[in-house]
Amino acid sequence: MLQAYTDVLIFLLVGAGFVVLNMALGRLLRPHNPYPEKLTPYECGEVPVGEGQVPFNIRYYIFALLFVVFDVEVVFLFPWSVVLRDLGLYAFVLMVIFLVMLVDGLVYAWKKGVLRWV
Amino acid sequence: MTDWLWGLFQQWGLGEPAFNAFMGLIKGVLVVAFLAVNALLLIYLERKVSGYIQNRLGPTRTGPKGLLQTLADAVKLLSKEDVIPSGADRAVYILAPIVIFAAATALWIVIPFGPQTMVQDLNIGLIYISAVTGLSVLAFLMAGWSSNNKWSLLGSMRSAAQLISYEVPLVLSIVAVGMMAGSLRLGDIVAAQQGGIGNWFIFPQILGFIVFFTAGLAEINRAPFDLPEAESELVAGFNTEYSGFRWGVFFVAEYANLVAFSALAATFFFGGPTGPVLPPFVWFLIKTYFFILVAMWIRWTLPRIRVDHLMNLGWYVLIPLALINLGWTGLYVVLRG
Repeated sequence: MLQAYTDVLIFLLVGAGFVVLNMALGRLLRPHNPYPEKLTPYECGEVPVGEGQVPFNIRYYIFALLFVVFDVEVVFLFPWSVVLRDLGLYAFVLMVIFLVMLVDGLVYAWKKGVLRWV
Repeated sequence: MTDWLWGLFQQWGLGEPAFNAFMGLIKGVLVVAFLAVNALLLIYLERKVSGYIQNRLGPTRTGPKGLLQTLADAVKLLSKEDVIPSGADRAVYILAPIVIFAAATALWIVIPFGPQTMVQDLNIGLIYISAVTGLSVLAFLMAGWSSNNKWSLLGSMRSAAQLISYEVPLVLSIVAVGMMAGSLRLGDIVAAQQGGIGNWFIFPQILGFIVFFTAGLAEINRAPFDLPEAESELVAGFNTEYSGFRWGVFFVAEYANLVAFSALAATFFFGGPTGPVLPPFVWFLIKTYFFILVAMWIRWTLPRIRVDHLMNLGWYVLIPLALINLGWTGLYVVLRG
């Protein structure tokens, strides 16, 4: 069991190592000649206006909230899905009731027009 | 081979954990090599396929039939100057490609190359897949925010919106697969589909497959859902400021994810890496490359869709479809026993 997750850690490290190794290898090959004009952020060839990390209107606050609701729902669905065959119709009906309540919320958000992206 | 190595480890006085870690390391290197070779091949294939679809030849000059083109590109990328824009958040900027590639590699732990041949058959395989694929949005946000560039910021914000919208239908369609197999293990999912085409999940799960394939294309940013890097509006989206090999890492990770996505589509719905006559690994390659070619066909046929259309498709079409599929699958599983 622990071995399985050791492998996950090793794979993450190997993946990271591949990038680091190639960057180190590239250091031997690539030129290094920075100057201020070259390092300016790209803005279609113009001199950049202001900062790049500007305050930004995130339109999808409601989307993110709905996403959290559905993701939590999925957490309940996963264990249910594995044992459904043994629990039978009763468990299925219970989950349908649970899902209908959630879908109700989605339909409400839909009717309210908060899912419009403009 | 493994016995000989185990003997060697005992001789050096190293225990089983060290041996297992070493084996894990070898598997990791093999998987990364597999991904790198596939990416080289796929980039060539993509250029050839797009060439023929658009009635031109694609690369022909470098090597026989242009086969060495990607290799030449890789060498070019390695020898490009490493430019980090002024005002960038250096640590995050450098970390972003590392995160995306580490996630793309870690995904391959659970993907079956044969009926029981995977690095680790995790008992939470399906949850693991949705968790690891979710990491790529983190890398996009890191790349977009740290670049100090407005195009990058816009691209990464879009990618976050896109990924959270399509994560839900994707995971719901995966849950239905878990219900069919009665297990979250990928080994069990392959085993449940043995014994002929009639047992493949595609037939009861046709709706689930459509949802999975559409949402999956969006998750790996393939056209027509490649809005995070929409060239015609956002220059290059989240990776505008990336150049040289750092950009190459994003590119390779994208293709690694394409291979993984195709392999998963084959595993979940088309019987996985098994078939008559030929060995499992060959079937793995045949089925995986079939879906890769379908994805390429879609990419070079359909135009990119608009942001609001993208969100509408996710919330108004795919999520309801995925829920209907879930209800149908529940009935199917309960009534068939």
